[in-house]
Amino acid sequence: MRNHYPDKPKRVYFFGTCLIDMSYPEAGMAGIRLIRREGVGVIFPQAQSCCGQPAYNSGFPEEARAVARKQLRTFPADYPIVVPSGSCAGMMKVHYPHLFEGDPEYDAACRFSDRVFELTEFLVHVLKVRLEDRGEPVTVTWHSSCHALREMGVTEDSKRLIRQLKNVTLKELERENECCGFGGTFSVKQPEISAAMVADKVADVRGTGASRLIGGDCGCLMNITGAMGKKSVPVTGQHIAEFIWERTNG
Amino acid sequence: MDNHTGFDFRGNIRDALGNSQLRKNLKFAMTALAEKRRAIFTDKARFEEMRTTVNAIRKRSLSKLPELLDRLEKKCTENGIIVHWAETTAEANDTVLSIVKQHGATAVVKGKSMVSEEMHLNRFLLGNQVEPIETDLGEFIIQLADETPSHIIVPAIHKNRGEVGKLFSEKIPGTPYTDVPEELTEIARAELRRKYYETPVGISGVNMAVAETGTLCLVENEGNGRMCTTAPDVHIAIMGLEKVVENLTDVPPILRLLTGSATGQLITTYFNMITSPRKAGEKDGPKEVHLVILDNGRSDILADPELRQTLLCIRCGTCLNHCPVYVRIGGHAYHYTYPGPIGEILTPQMEGLETAGTLTTASSLCNACSEVCPAMIPIPDLIRRLRNESYDTGGSVKGHGYKANPLEKVIWKGWELVNRHPGLNALSTKMAGVFGPVLPKAGPLKAWTRVRNRPTFAKKSLHELVKEEGVSDE
Repeated sequence: MRNHYPDKPKRVYFFGTCLIDMSYPEAGMAGIRLIRREGVGVIFPQAQSCCGQPAYNSGFPEEARAVARKQLRTFPADYPIVVPSGSCAGMMKVHYPHLFEGDPEYDAACRFSDRVFELTEFLVHVLKVRLEDRGEPVTVTWHSSCHALREMGVTEDSKRLIRQLKNVTLKELERENECCGFGGTFSVKQPEISAAMVADKVADVRGTGASRLIGGDCGCLMNITGAMGKKSVPVTGQHIAEFIWERTNG
Repeated sequence: MDNHTGFDFRGNIRDALGNSQLRKNLKFAMTALAEKRRAIFTDKARFEEMRTTVNAIRKRSLSKLPELLDRLEKKCTENGIIVHWAETTAEANDTVLSIVKQHGATAVVKGKSMVSEEMHLNRFLLGNQVEPIETDLGEFIIQLADETPSHIIVPAIHKNRGEVGKLFSEKIPGTPYTDVPEELTEIARAELRRKYYETPVGISGVNMAVAETGTLCLVENEGNGRMCTTAPDVHIAIMGLEKVVENLTDVPPILRLLTGSATGQLITTYFNMITSPRKAGEKDGPKEVHLVILDNGRSDILADPELRQTLLCIRCGTCLNHCPVYVRIGGHAYHYTYPGPIGEILTPQMEGLETAGTLTTASSLCNACSEVCPAMIPIPDLIRRLRNESYDTGGSVKGHGYKANPLEKVIWKGWELVNRHPGLNALSTKMAGVFGPVLPKAGPLKAWTRVRNRPTFAKKSLHELVKEEGVSDE
């Protein structure tokens, strides 16, 4: 929800997120390739790890701060930091200043926060990409993750990218703005409520008739596709970066 | 994990989730309320302006609360309203009872009041041979069903009209079954009319109290509130001490967002401004008006600059209507008077974390509540704060540190180590890839896999792939 965006930079940092690192590395690679294709250099600091959100939301701010501090030091130059996740981007952009209140590194945290962009936001507003669809016709639906929607305010950007793809029909979810029930540790601390939420989300996805569910956050995707897989719902899930790369590079 | 707590939240949740009628009713009702609200706040920029105003008014009121309460008391007294202070709910109950007894009443008519629920006033009065008669339609319904409100604004929202019809036909003698809303309303109305005149004491809540003029504002739709506060000879108003605002001009912005957020109404049918008892020569109105101002832990909440924001709440209940958790489990599952997101932050501070702290786990931190809150309470941030306090033995909220345990501490310390040291991080990612698929289903994985497939781990991490692709490291 920024008022203005910087000009296209020469280089950016890429923050891969721990979930992408472990389970969805191809989504991260696709994000990097999409940026590089626009002629922008990508730096992936090998020392990066997690944004700190799991501990931050679970009642362990000290541990969260220690890990967040590590990230502050891992991205020292004044380049934009591009994040293929609304949730991790929200943590670094919205919550780092709060987390470092009263800490000597507060100013550094604020400067870091200013440089954080969610991937689709960056593609739309900074790189101003024009996508050329090379794929077969397909109907997809889109899940808005809560933090992309309410902390980063970027879900319209993600959907704008999907709409640039001429052979892709986007069918919107009836309750697009409702949480899928992941919520990090919420899904295991309140498993019954989380299960009820994801069951409704799966029913909503089925209701669209789409063959693929696109999302911008791997936590939500892991939750929804995990629930669809368990019930053998024939819809596949995919991170938007991977989807776009696949459609435009085929 | 949460074995210390004072109630079986897990059990309540299971019961609620297993009740398909309840879930249908809630989904239907909440969808309707959320849609009505959406229809009224169509201009996002204007809405943001309005809530910035309300936030500023409420913050200003809280910043000089002792002074405003003092002025309110002086003005009310000047106007002829008798002011009582209660530090605890027990004191407040005793105050109400003594007024009731002074007038020899054996029954009271009541308008909707969440503070009276917080005090468990009905139970207390019954125990002292005074019959409390709820006159708000929703409250009337749940009183017949021997239940408590499940929502701050719409107390019987968990019931559909068929259930209400059945309840009326069973509990009100000579009533045939009907599920026509107008007929149901008529039945309740006929039951209640007589009681307003027969009962010498009326009790109400207060939506806002104006320090400048000593005015008690009461928002309602049914007219029952006005009956309770004018027909009986004695009116007792009860309010939490945070409900005071400074000036009359503070009222309209709050009222606008209160009704719009709560029920999607531009204005309500009735807006009562009570400034004094009946004056000489006036034909109606109570001869005595009492105001009971309750603390019940609010001063402690006020003392913390961050948690103080809890008291910005104007009790519109819209955070409940938009909460994906509340919509699925309903208000009773939360056990205490205030359910949903606002209850998750208010209740543990009032009751203590060790008793009610588990409520803070009932949120995926999706931020839907803070998106709609007219007072701009950062509810998710306050939930996080209370989660922190649950583990923090040096914290400040009552019952802080109740969850502190060596195991969880060690787990998060381990997490921190892994994420601070690239070598350990790479190793743990590798291990997840190798051992992930063969891990036994225990702990979190068990909870996860009950309704979902096991998470998969990639053979090569992103860290490894970028190296192969020749992406620069610095």
